[in-house]
Amino acid sequence: MAYRLGVDVGGTFTDLIVIDEATGKTRRTKVLSTPEDPSIAVISGARKICAEANISVDEISHFLHGTTVATNAVLEGKNCRVGLIVTDGFRQILQIARSLVPGGLAGWIIWPKPEPLAPLECTIEIIERMDAEGNVVIPLDEAGLRTRIKQLKDEKVEAVTICLMNSYLNNITEKRVAEICAEEMPDIPVSISSDILPEMQEYERALTTVANSAVRPIVARYVQNLRRELQSWGMTGHLNLLRSDGGLMSSEKAENAPVNLLMSGPAGGVTGALWIAKYAGLKNILTLDMGGTSTDVALIENGEARLRRETTVGNLTVRASSLDIRTVGAGGGSIAHVPELTGALRVGPESAGAVPGPVAYSKGGTLPTVTDANVVLGYLPVSLLGGAMELDREGARVAVQTIADALKIDVYEAAAGIIDIVNESMFGALRLVSVQQGYDPREFALMGFGGAGPLHANAIGRLMSSWPVIIPPSPGVLCAYGDATTQVRIETARSFNKRRSDTNDAELAAIMEEMTAVVTKDILEEGVSLEDQEYSYEIDIRYHGQAFEVPLSVDPATFKAGGGLEKLLVSFDEEHERLFTFNLSAEHELVNLRAVAKGKSVDVLPEKIPVGSADPVAAKTSDHKMYVDGAWQDAVIYDRTKICSGNRIMGPAIVTEMDSTTVILNNFVADVDTYGNILINPV
Amino acid sequence: MTAQILQTNTAAFDPVKVDPVTLDIIENALRNAREEMDATLFRTAMSPGIREQGDAFPLIADHDGKMVVGQFGSFIDGFLKNYDGTIEEGDVIWLSDPYSCEGAVSHNNDWLILIPIYHDGRIIAWSAMFGHQTDVGGKVPGSLPTDGNSIFQEGIRIPPVKIYKKGVYQEDLVELVLHQVRTKEWCRSDLNALLASCRTAEKRVIEICKRFGDDVYISATKDLLGRNKRAMSTLFTSSIGEEKVSFEDFICDDGMGFGPYKIKCTMWREGDKVILDFDGTSPQSASSINFYLNENMLKMFFGIYMIMVFDPQILFNDGFYDLVEVRIPDGSLLKPKFPAALSCRTHALGRIFDVLGALLGQRQPEFLNAAGFSSSPHLMFSGNDEKTGEWFQLFQIGFGGIPGRPFGDGADGHSLWPGFTNIPNEFLEKYFPLRIDRYETIPDSGGAGLNRGGNGILMAYRFLQDGNISIHDDRWFTYPWGVNGGAPGMRSRKLMIRADGSEEVLGSKVDNIAVHKDDVLHYITWGGGGWGNPLERDADLVALEVKRGLVTVEGAGSYGVVIKDDGTVDQEATISLRAEMTPQISSDVFNFGPSHEELRANCREETGLPAPIAP
Repeated sequence: MAYRLGVDVGGTFTDLIVIDEATGKTRRTKVLSTPEDPSIAVISGARKICAEANISVDEISHFLHGTTVATNAVLEGKNCRVGLIVTDGFRQILQIARSLVPGGLAGWIIWPKPEPLAPLECTIEIIERMDAEGNVVIPLDEAGLRTRIKQLKDEKVEAVTICLMNSYLNNITEKRVAEICAEEMPDIPVSISSDILPEMQEYERALTTVANSAVRPIVARYVQNLRRELQSWGMTGHLNLLRSDGGLMSSEKAENAPVNLLMSGPAGGVTGALWIAKYAGLKNILTLDMGGTSTDVALIENGEARLRRETTVGNLTVRASSLDIRTVGAGGGSIAHVPELTGALRVGPESAGAVPGPVAYSKGGTLPTVTDANVVLGYLPVSLLGGAMELDREGARVAVQTIADALKIDVYEAAAGIIDIVNESMFGALRLVSVQQGYDPREFALMGFGGAGPLHANAIGRLMSSWPVIIPPSPGVLCAYGDATTQVRIETARSFNKRRSDTNDAELAAIMEEMTAVVTKDILEEGVSLEDQEYSYEIDIRYHGQAFEVPLSVDPATFKAGGGLEKLLVSFDEEHERLFTFNLSAEHELVNLRAVAKGKSVDVLPEKIPVGSADPVAAKTSDHKMYVDGAWQDAVIYDRTKICSGNRIMGPAIVTEMDSTTVILNNFVADVDTYGNILINPV
Repeated sequence: MTAQILQTNTAAFDPVKVDPVTLDIIENALRNAREEMDATLFRTAMSPGIREQGDAFPLIADHDGKMVVGQFGSFIDGFLKNYDGTIEEGDVIWLSDPYSCEGAVSHNNDWLILIPIYHDGRIIAWSAMFGHQTDVGGKVPGSLPTDGNSIFQEGIRIPPVKIYKKGVYQEDLVELVLHQVRTKEWCRSDLNALLASCRTAEKRVIEICKRFGDDVYISATKDLLGRNKRAMSTLFTSSIGEEKVSFEDFICDDGMGFGPYKIKCTMWREGDKVILDFDGTSPQSASSINFYLNENMLKMFFGIYMIMVFDPQILFNDGFYDLVEVRIPDGSLLKPKFPAALSCRTHALGRIFDVLGALLGQRQPEFLNAAGFSSSPHLMFSGNDEKTGEWFQLFQIGFGGIPGRPFGDGADGHSLWPGFTNIPNEFLEKYFPLRIDRYETIPDSGGAGLNRGGNGILMAYRFLQDGNISIHDDRWFTYPWGVNGGAPGMRSRKLMIRADGSEEVLGSKVDNIAVHKDDVLHYITWGGGGWGNPLERDADLVALEVKRGLVTVEGAGSYGVVIKDDGTVDQEATISLRAEMTPQISSDVFNFGPSHEELRANCREETGLPAPIAP
């Protein structure tokens, strides 16, 4: 037997899922996250799920993991102290940046001046110079370098970045500087820009490489811990991490290039949502992945998530591909407070996180959170995790009472206010990916997942007019599902920059052949067998003189046979005309070549659930009361494990399951489909 | 003369009530269409000025020509008043002559494309975009002669003409124009990019109309303009007084040895109407620094400054235009008479922003920013590539220090212009025969203050072959002023170090300077003024900035901070120095530095250049 084990580490819970590769049968569990060292929860969760499913560790073929270790380091400013080595004359490369002040005319008046990610006191200049053809014009002053490295030691840098002018053309000097750094500072990891982003534009290359350095020690520590623990447990399968672009990479690669992991966690949610949507027959979806500390939203149009050439986390934007996901600092753990000065009700951005957590979790939390408000209103029943965790309802009420007192309203109005405010802030994030991109949210369904998404999705669907609201099965572990069902993806790229007249079919065919060899070697190392490999190729092309290129798919065989290049030029002209309404007589320029090897997607069908009648009474757990639309109303609690396909649930109602709770509001009705998805619509 | 608009559908639009959600969606869809205009332009343009630096400005206007989204405000009204011809479905207007459009574009280099957007036989909107062409012909590469004395020397002047006539592309016309310029391929591509960008907006607006209906769309744009007018009216009444306030600032010289030129503005409110009167501004220059200031554009500048200073939540569009009246004397630097030269208007355009900022902040110094990098210095470098024989021509915009602000320190080496970015040095080196030896900010160039002014930039260009350069800059004679106790920033400077080691100081506005292999030009821009009393700045922060190379040990003295050999603050010495310096800190709101008489007397000694002669 072979199993895929998916793990997603969230701010509050660590979710796990195992999939039987042969049957598609799944089993899931969750444990509380351990923010001080997330690998503790990963390992204990993995042991737990294997024990529960009666799987032995050597049956795990793939250990697939989405992690927010890198993301959190950036968001919380826990980056390590990065030293930066640049060419003489360019010390202020990050200080000057691209000189851009965001925000329109006069935007500078209110723009906070940013601090560079590698501080200037940790940035040194070295004597060396490469020209724009890649020739050394001033040789490296090695003695000078060794002297100046002392400054980096004095500043106690924890990682070093090397970014030299024109190194994208020739990496020889950067390599030599890295060797000297390794001699002078043997324990300090070194990232070089010609490895991380071999592209023209010194600022973007420097920033991306510095970001890589900034999270490298923390990610390396984490990944090494995890690998060691898994090995000592006896696991022999592959350890893969999910990249920001939704593809998988080996843990060894991730250690050296963690800049590709900045959106790893949220990418799992989107890949999971894609998988659910495919079988639910829905093509246009807004995703709402609400966890304990933050909420991620994305837009899926026509069955595809949007991919960007950049990754943005907080105020940091680097050149690494990612799914287009927006994050807001609002989650179940967000703390409600009433500032004395204004007397307004605010929710977040401070979060109680996993520790001390919401008051209701009895982990030491004392401040009222969104979760506590949900408890007070009766949206969360008395226990979570299938009964493994009792909720302190009275504690939650006392905490929310402090808000009510400050606002001089009753405790239920205060709780409802907290929920309204947090919903409004998620509504804002969803508008960023929909309305502000010109999409009408009324033409999209809304998928709520993550631990808290199903609690809030109905209310947010009402704000957005996005129907149906879909709650997938196991919504709390959808990210882990995404981790477990996505593919290995290996990409290699070449900077080419040649005009049409300077190249030919044979040269291009030869380069694509070399690149094929590179990705084949890597994908074999990832354990993807030959028959499961899929290859694709792209060439970025533009008119010589333009700044942006259009990526076009190509077939290497046409270049080998001859005529591929001419065909490419024709396709480009067609595409340029379609995109921009005109063509130019200027010569074409081929900018980059890319080869991608993918593992075949895992054929895991979602499980079908038993068919039942419209009446869900068989799944009823108990009668209940919920505070909806300003009054206490009679409601029913249902057990999700007992609901059947075809059931129709009238709101107000609650559907509980091990990892999540779905709220159906008054005047809404929920239908259950073949795969157990709950689809909520207005009555 | 008035344009005659032809529409096959003469039915009037029905005003309808638009629900708030729909209004929100339409506003955001329009804003997004505007961003898509930028994206299309940058993706398809070729000149570094547009594709790398973003020197281009889009707008989408309602059917009457009022800007609903965009940056510089609408000029369509003025164009329609002056255009003697018909506008029909399928027409696209192209123009560059500032005198033909009341200064909607302000020099011949800015090419403007304007599309009337028709749907079902009626104009429902307008889209427009203008972008700076690297060259439009004329007496010098770059078409901005620093000694120009007539607009006829500044390259081809395009009156409003139809580049598309009822949908038919006028190829002969385009070829005739492109034949006049030095950078034909760039101009051709940039022109196509402007067209594509406006077409994008056209497509999006029509989509919105199809989705919601023409009446809803038209009513929505009206509501958006009305919303802005209401907000601005409240803001004007609460923030601008009825008594007059004045401010004056200067352009250092006109490139012909005369200067400084004064820009003076007086502001007051009558009811809910604000008046901006430029009486007292210098007469027009005989040279090319004149700025034909479009009154609507000034209203937009003013409105945006108000919003940013007092309430950044307000969304801006043309809705408030009726609330502002602009008076500019004929024959002045800001309303020169045809055929005055206009090409080097960038200095006056920039200085307008310092003047507006000072006017608005004068009564409420807590909102006042210092003077900044209120211009966009240029460098032109051109010649024949010695390897390929091809003509090359670089037009590059430089940056400097953002002013000290109530909000905090000014950024070092950044742009005050929206959306502008620097050209990556690797790009410059790849496509032009030069190498950048140094690219850094100049320590101490930002004025000292509780909040420091941003530092100016030193860019050292090493030329790798023969060519010619032009320089356009200012603030080399007068200082970027500080406020509320802050000191002025450092002035600009241009130094040529020839391959043989000899040095020469270059003027701030010069053309036709020959350069040779291994000559190095030090292009030094100015710093932002400081904000607030520098003696109150955290001494440890001053020490940290010394370590960071942003302030020198001597420069720390301007903050009354004494730095020890180990780089830390000498606490005792600092306390006594600060006590000693306290009486020297000016209690005036503005600190302009020395008087013009003193500047003149010391000019050659301090700057290496002769003092300008009063015009």
